[in-house]
Amino acid sequence: MSILSGVRRHDGRLGDSITRPDGTAKVQGSFMFSGDLEAEHCLWGATLRSPHPHARIISIDLSAAWKISGVEAIITAEDVPGQLTYGLISQDQPVFASEVVRYVGEPIAAVAADHPETCRRALQAIVVVYEVLEPLTDPERALDGSHPPIHPDGNLIRHQRIVSGDITATGDVVVEGTYVIGMQDQAFLGLEAALAMPGPGGAGVDLYVATQWLHEDQKQIAACLGLAPEQVRLTLGGVGGAFGAREDISLQVHTCLLALRTGRPVRIQYSREESFLGHVHRHPATIWMRHHATADGHIVKIEARMVFDGGAYASTSSAVLINGVTHTQGPYKCANALVDGYAVRTNNLPCGAMRGFGVVQACFAHEGQMDRLAAACGLDPVEIRLRNAMETGDKLITGQPILNVAPVARCIRETAALPLPDEPVGGHDHDPMRLPGGAGRTADRRHIRRGIGFAVSIKNLMYSEGFDDYATARCRLADGVATLKFATAEVGQGFITIAGQIARSVLGVDDVLLDPIDTDVGSAGSTSASRQTWMSGGAVNAVCMKVRGLMFDSLAAIYGVDASTLSIEGRDIVDATGVFRITVVDATAGLSFDETVEFRHAPTEDLDENGQGNCHTAFAFVAHRAVVDVDPELGLVKVIQVATAQDVGRALNPLSVIGQIEGGIAQGLGLAVMEEIIMSNGRVRNPSFTDYLLPTFLDMPDVVISLIEEPDPIAPLGAKGVGEPPTVSSTPAIVAAIRDAIGKHIDRVPVRPIDIIG
Amino acid sequence: MPVLVPTSLDQAVSMLSATPDALVLAGGTDAMVEVNAGHRKPHHVLVVNRVAELRSWTFDPEASTVRIGSAVTYAELMEPPIADLVPALAEASRTVGSPQIRHAGTLGGNLGTCSPAGDGLPVLAALDAIVHLASATGERSMPIGEFMVGVKRNARRPDELITAVTVPVVSGYQGYSKVGVRNAMVIALATACIVVDTPGRTVRLAIGSVGTTIIRCTDAEAFAASAVDFDSGTASGDTVTRFGELAAAASRPIDDHRATADYRRHAIGVMAGRLLRRGFANV
Repeated sequence: MSILSGVRRHDGRLGDSITRPDGTAKVQGSFMFSGDLEAEHCLWGATLRSPHPHARIISIDLSAAWKISGVEAIITAEDVPGQLTYGLISQDQPVFASEVVRYVGEPIAAVAADHPETCRRALQAIVVVYEVLEPLTDPERALDGSHPPIHPDGNLIRHQRIVSGDITATGDVVVEGTYVIGMQDQAFLGLEAALAMPGPGGAGVDLYVATQWLHEDQKQIAACLGLAPEQVRLTLGGVGGAFGAREDISLQVHTCLLALRTGRPVRIQYSREESFLGHVHRHPATIWMRHHATADGHIVKIEARMVFDGGAYASTSSAVLINGVTHTQGPYKCANALVDGYAVRTNNLPCGAMRGFGVVQACFAHEGQMDRLAAACGLDPVEIRLRNAMETGDKLITGQPILNVAPVARCIRETAALPLPDEPVGGHDHDPMRLPGGAGRTADRRHIRRGIGFAVSIKNLMYSEGFDDYATARCRLADGVATLKFATAEVGQGFITIAGQIARSVLGVDDVLLDPIDTDVGSAGSTSASRQTWMSGGAVNAVCMKVRGLMFDSLAAIYGVDASTLSIEGRDIVDATGVFRITVVDATAGLSFDETVEFRHAPTEDLDENGQGNCHTAFAFVAHRAVVDVDPELGLVKVIQVATAQDVGRALNPLSVIGQIEGGIAQGLGLAVMEEIIMSNGRVRNPSFTDYLLPTFLDMPDVVISLIEEPDPIAPLGAKGVGEPPTVSSTPAIVAAIRDAIGKHIDRVPVRPIDIIG
Repeated sequence: MPVLVPTSLDQAVSMLSATPDALVLAGGTDAMVEVNAGHRKPHHVLVVNRVAELRSWTFDPEASTVRIGSAVTYAELMEPPIADLVPALAEASRTVGSPQIRHAGTLGGNLGTCSPAGDGLPVLAALDAIVHLASATGERSMPIGEFMVGVKRNARRPDELITAVTVPVVSGYQGYSKVGVRNAMVIALATACIVVDTPGRTVRLAIGSVGTTIIRCTDAEAFAASAVDFDSGTASGDTVTRFGELAAAASRPIDDHRATADYRRHAIGVMAGRLLRRGFANV
């Protein structure tokens, strides 16, 4: 599917396109996902959820459920021994609702029983009496104060203003638009699953779980269980995708509580429908933007208002909002801005992290604006973006200077230069499957119009706003074998591959063993924010360098060479003269070095009340060009090609980078033309893969890739995070191409057939 | 939960007469989804995909009909020679699910579920198929239009098995279209099947997902029969437009989370016009 010349395959060093250590097992079906976990005498757990978006709980009667044979435990809010609420940023979400339910699917009770069917019957036998309340589902009503607070913390989760430069400035050309982004689901294929085992002698609990951040889970679970963190030991279960949806707690506390209550292992696995209710989603957002520009297309000022619907609980909404408002300008120079952003609470499904984290929404708006601006100035969409392209040293509207490599113009030029598809509408062989409508054979070639769209983005990497963001790694080197230990959640992104490559390159070893990923080592931080190659990669690199230093020192002591002249060459250690040479295997025979390192990025700052401050760590850039075929009469779309030049810093594993790019584009395509959780009056209408549509192989276009490799001096290995950027601007590029094909503005995603024909 | 696995039709109908509440399972692509989701809790399951009589199709050249066993899969319907005998059924079969679903799912399952979104049903309706049922007490046959009663309701008695459908081999263009918001493996928002009987001088059009059951567009059919030129195989642009309008007018769609009624009606009009155009050149 991808075109990339010269994929490198060597011996597992940095820059080599080696395959994943777990790849064969995953392809052959033998990989153990967390849903495959089993234990002797294990009970099943299940969760009772609210059928109402907003209701007061009058009573909960468990008596009938207790009478069912095989039921071993039923727990409610009364059984939570520690903190009753949890949350990533503010702890506003109850482990179990006790007085009020605030969204459809909110947990009220959990049961443990001998069989899933027994669990199901027990849940049905629990009688909850509700007083149904009017749900707050319109984010604007959460803002205007016309609905009473649905939570003690109020209906506004966060407001942030950005005031930059001269807000009275005006331009020769003014364009504005209101953009709507629907609620996307991460839709990982490996459903939420966990296995909890009570510790021997009642000493805490062991939890095997698919998550993105073991230590954050540990902290939140321990608080709710009333245990010390070290009494809650977590091991990463096999993760079948994450995309942000495993950043928040879902079944973790429930599973542990049931195991501690029964003294037996308990496993919980969500169904697909439950998964749609059981994790946070991408924020639906409404964004108004007005751009002022000079007649020749240089941006003078941007005004914006953003409203993100956070749903019932805060999750990471406040951070998502900050990402949204601070990326208002996109990868373009802009001196003057006035932005107001709001994250609000409603009785819709809670929203939080998803690949792109607030920037997806901002980018859809600013790229729609750039196309409007291009049209108003009579410029080509590529040209207007080149004229405004940001460079290293430019400042964001927050006043923060871009210190990273910022090859924005190069991303744009190289994307524009990638070959357009040579296939005509319907393909060379006139295959109806290649037309919009695909297998449905709804169109003939003459019905189809082709369009081309362009979009560019900037995405922050790592955590922001003063967060103490670090990653821990341990390395033991003995007898030529390196053993790495870290708590970095491998969710499919490939860190376990990269970690080995780093160790081999730094230490000159071939054999790298990976210890289990668990909480027996310090935190690695979250596998999110495109941060693990930089952060955990930085930690592995640093600890391997430290071990290498010890190895060199020991050689100096043994052989009388100067340690400062030694370096690694392949599998050998050599000195500067080339006279001294010894293999790493020989040099470490009978020796053992063991070090642990915490790696931190430079500190960041909070934003002030005018949105000024160096709140972000680093940035990556990418451009996308989409070619689509559209059936204007039926409103159906087929994406033919996506071309992209991405600023990756340095491709530590080009094959892995391509995987991220293709996968990210698939997810961006999903948001562009089909993926949406449809809610009406607080209820989800489509919680299944029958109606929540993900792109299939036939929907996925050819992807043409150019990797822009300008190693970033700020990044520990020169490598930038690559996971999120492909998702951010592929969506607006596809929508721009649809606009180009039909000659009309479309300002909402996903684009529905009625939006095209209407 | 007992699972009954007959290997002959006689055995199957006698088992069913003994346990008429049994869930009849062929490919299981629909039934098992319902079972797994907890929407159905069968006390018995009768598996029919090892009944040889149900698994084959036969062509009767004298009657010029094809009799298709109810456990014939969509994948089998896509292959020649049956794909050449009933081309619209092959096109409809290609729109069903994924390759795995098409290798398991059966035409009989479409009839048994009787969803208005059933991909094969508009073809059977346009062809005036005859549905064959068998029970321990005998056999009966009925036109597809009588068999389909409503949303997921049909005229099958609990003790009856759907054994086959008979469709005519028709000389003339056949085509099938299905609108969904994905290029494959998608539930239909609207479907249309056209069957042109050139010697018989008729055009038949059936539409799905736009009513409680499959709808035959009799006004559009009557109009086309008089407006197209069967001898030259042509139709005017106005004829195509009017045909689409009449088809759309015959639809009875609803608003739901998948699409609006207006869009479904519009899509029927577009698809019907395009199908007629595929069958008749422009003049």
